[in-house]
Amino acid sequence: MYKILSRKELNPTVTQLEIEAPLVANKAKAGQFIILRVDEDGERIPLTVAGTDKKTGAVKIIFQIVGATTEKLNHKKAGESIQDFVGPLGKATEIAGKKRVCIIGGGVGCAIALPVAQAFKEQGTEVVSIIGFRSKDLLILEDEFRAASSKLVVMTDDGSYARQGNVTVPLKEMLEAGEKFDEIITIGPLIMMKFVTLAAKPFGVPVTASMNPIMIDGTGMCGGCRLTLTEDGKRVTKFACVDGPDFNAYEIDFDEAMSRSRMYFPFERKAHEEICNLYKNA
Amino acid sequence: MALDPKKHAMPVQDPQVRAHNFSEVALGYTHEMAIDEAKRCLNCKNRPCVQGCPVNISIPDFISCLKQDDIEGAYNVINKSSSLPAVCGRVCPQETQCESKCTLGIKFEPVGIGRLERFVADWHNANCKESPKKVASNGHRVAIVGSGPSGLTCAGDLAKAGFKVTVYEALHTEGGVLVYGIPEFRLPKAIVAKEVDTLKQLGVEFVTNAVIGKTLTIDELFEQGNEAVFVGSGAGLPNFMNIPGESLKGVYSANEFLTRSNLMKSFRDKCDTPIMKGGKVVVVGGGNVAMDAARTALRLGAEKVYIVYRRSMTELPARREEVEHAEEEGIQFELLRNPVEILGYHNPDNPRDERNGFVTGCKVIKMELGEPDAKGRRRPVPVEGSEYVLDCDTVVIAIGTSPNPLIKSTTKGLEVNAHGGIIVNEDGLTSRANVYAGGDAVTGAATVISAMGAGKVAAKAIIDSFK
Ligand SMILES: Cc1cc2nc3c(=O)[nH]c(=O)nc-3n(C[C@H](O)[C@H](O)[C@H](O)COP(=O)(O)OP(=O)(O)OC[C@H]3O[C@@H](n4cnc5c(N)ncnc54)[C@H](O)[C@@H]3O)c2cc1C
Ligand code: FES
Repeated sequence: MYKILSRKELNPTVTQLEIEAPLVANKAKAGQFIILRVDEDGERIPLTVAGTDKKTGAVKIIFQIVGATTEKLNHKKAGESIQDFVGPLGKATEIAGKKRVCIIGGGVGCAIALPVAQAFKEQGTEVVSIIGFRSKDLLILEDEFRAASSKLVVMTDDGSYARQGNVTVPLKEMLEAGEKFDEIITIGPLIMMKFVTLAAKPFGVPVTASMNPIMIDGTGMCGGCRLTLTEDGKRVTKFACVDGPDFNAYEIDFDEAMSRSRMYFPFERKAHEEICNLYKNA
Repeated sequence: MALDPKKHAMPVQDPQVRAHNFSEVALGYTHEMAIDEAKRCLNCKNRPCVQGCPVNISIPDFISCLKQDDIEGAYNVINKSSSLPAVCGRVCPQETQCESKCTLGIKFEPVGIGRLERFVADWHNANCKESPKKVASNGHRVAIVGSGPSGLTCAGDLAKAGFKVTVYEALHTEGGVLVYGIPEFRLPKAIVAKEVDTLKQLGVEFVTNAVIGKTLTIDELFEQGNEAVFVGSGAGLPNFMNIPGESLKGVYSANEFLTRSNLMKSFRDKCDTPIMKGGKVVVVGGGNVAMDAARTALRLGAEKVYIVYRRSMTELPARREEVEHAEEEGIQFELLRNPVEILGYHNPDNPRDERNGFVTGCKVIKMELGEPDAKGRRRPVPVEGSEYVLDCDTVVIAIGTSPNPLIKSTTKGLEVNAHGGIIVNEDGLTSRANVYAGGDAVTGAATVISAMGAGKVAAKAIIDSFK
């Protein structure tokens, strides 16, 4: 069992937990993820490490309540425990040798983008961040991003806060104005990452996307997390859990990844409703 | 009493009934059947069955004990060579091992050695409640990577010799393929749990959720005070066919399909982990894994299950009994067939159609057996223009697995062969000092008994190295 050291609601649908897992805290680097199970019959879900504290052995995770498992996780209080917690899994984001980067986060993906931005800043890389949310009440981590970036642009889809529009708008403006980046790193909904990639393409800037497909083991055993990449004109299968989660965005088949991510939608919808009813009646 | 030319039949659940439940198919011999079957053994002088056993169990000796109704005596004989008799009695391919060599088998059906082994082990588990005694510590520490049959066996033998043993397992439950791969209806999970429990009573410590190479490296295991490491990490990396359509929704590796059902329990109604149930299912492959996937799909509610295999029935590598059981349950064998493409639904007018991207069929091509290859197996060659489509909703790919590269890529100086198998000498020692390996991680996907045997060999070498 793994103890919940603290719990904080970042917005009505996004919660942050600190879990006591010293082995993971010791090792985890920006870009890596963990897999957890809430209880004995729970499913295994991957969540990216949002921060660690080696002294207390705490691993920070930030999640959006999207289904039955995240709903259950959200009902756990500080001091309670969860069943399983394994990691760090996947490869860390490659940060070495870059002078100026652009980090683009969308929604809860910003929670994953933040430690990457911080890691870059720590090694002296200049970080420009663009973070986007559907509306003001879903905004998270603005202050933290501001601290990690030399420039921060906040976007909301509905214009309820900061600038209205999606993250590709300021990106295009910057690129058109001749701003140079060694790399663009994008983390968020698949559709956003796809359009960031398309926007960057004409300017020839390398784009890395962090993928978060359905997973079970996270060790390369099931192949459920597979993605198709086009490498040198050839389509190849990669496992996001061991070969990623970061990939060259120009090679990713985003449409296929979006389709695969919807494999269990009807099941998930039903399971989420059932869990919500359970908590309502309790 | 005249010698019965046939083995005593194994009592089984009725095929119509068992096709809809996950309870064990083979029910096991009764006491009477076991004694009668034991009496069929001729106790011949040259004991060929012992050579047929990968770990050389003194088969005629345990059967002699059984003849005299000394079941615990029989158990003690088996236990000298095997740590997992209740498992091996159920899953060993006896027809190509011990029973294939049985003298009785020249004229009649061989003695049902596997069934007797299972009877003895089950009787022992049900009747001997004595808990295993911890052995006085010899002060040495060993770490084991992986809790499959090789790791469990190595851990047990070392603990019995006084070593302090810690087993690190990547998943949340111990047992390796025995829990995530082989289904409940063939190997009840309670049997595996009991083996793990026995080891805990012997003082073995299990650390689940520990991926060696990620959570801790092998070098760190040594830094923590372990003096030897045994790697029994299996061959878990699934192979795909690299044909069009493999990324459609409804295409699974057998590992994923079986893990969802067995380890994550999605066969239960109330379960958080989803799996595609019902409809028509195509399983590609001819080994035990393919049989398990097909029969699991059936039990999950499929209306029709096909096994697509590129050679003929004679070459089918699965245990004979499983093939027979699958046929009785109504699995349809599409032999001498090979998939060339998986087809999916696509609505050109509505990109938001929920059915888009789901499997609708599997295009297969007919095959003929050509010239024998280097191993003497006749090579299947496609018959041009013979393609046709099997309508289906799910495709499970069970064409084999390879050793996972995770440990190799994080352990300096650990050499592997062209297939990714860790290279070891006859003691199970790898190219790294004090690092041993065995089981599927060395051989590639093989059998429970050979993995168990490899665990024993390494344990003995480790014990000897500290003498
Ligand atoms: C569906 C199926 C059916 C089968 N049926 C039969 C049968 O009927 N008869 C038969 O004899 N054989 C059968 N086999 C084969 C048999 O199960 C294997 O040969 C045997 O289990 C191999 O044992 P092992 O100890 O080498 O590895 P495994 O059983 O594969 O165990 C390896 C363990 O190591 C863990 N691990 C891997 N990497 C790491 C890491 N880096 N850190 C920590 N832990 C790690 C894995 O999670 C796993 O638990 C079957 C296999 C499958 C998949
Ligand atoms: S999650 Fe199973 S292989 Fe990646």
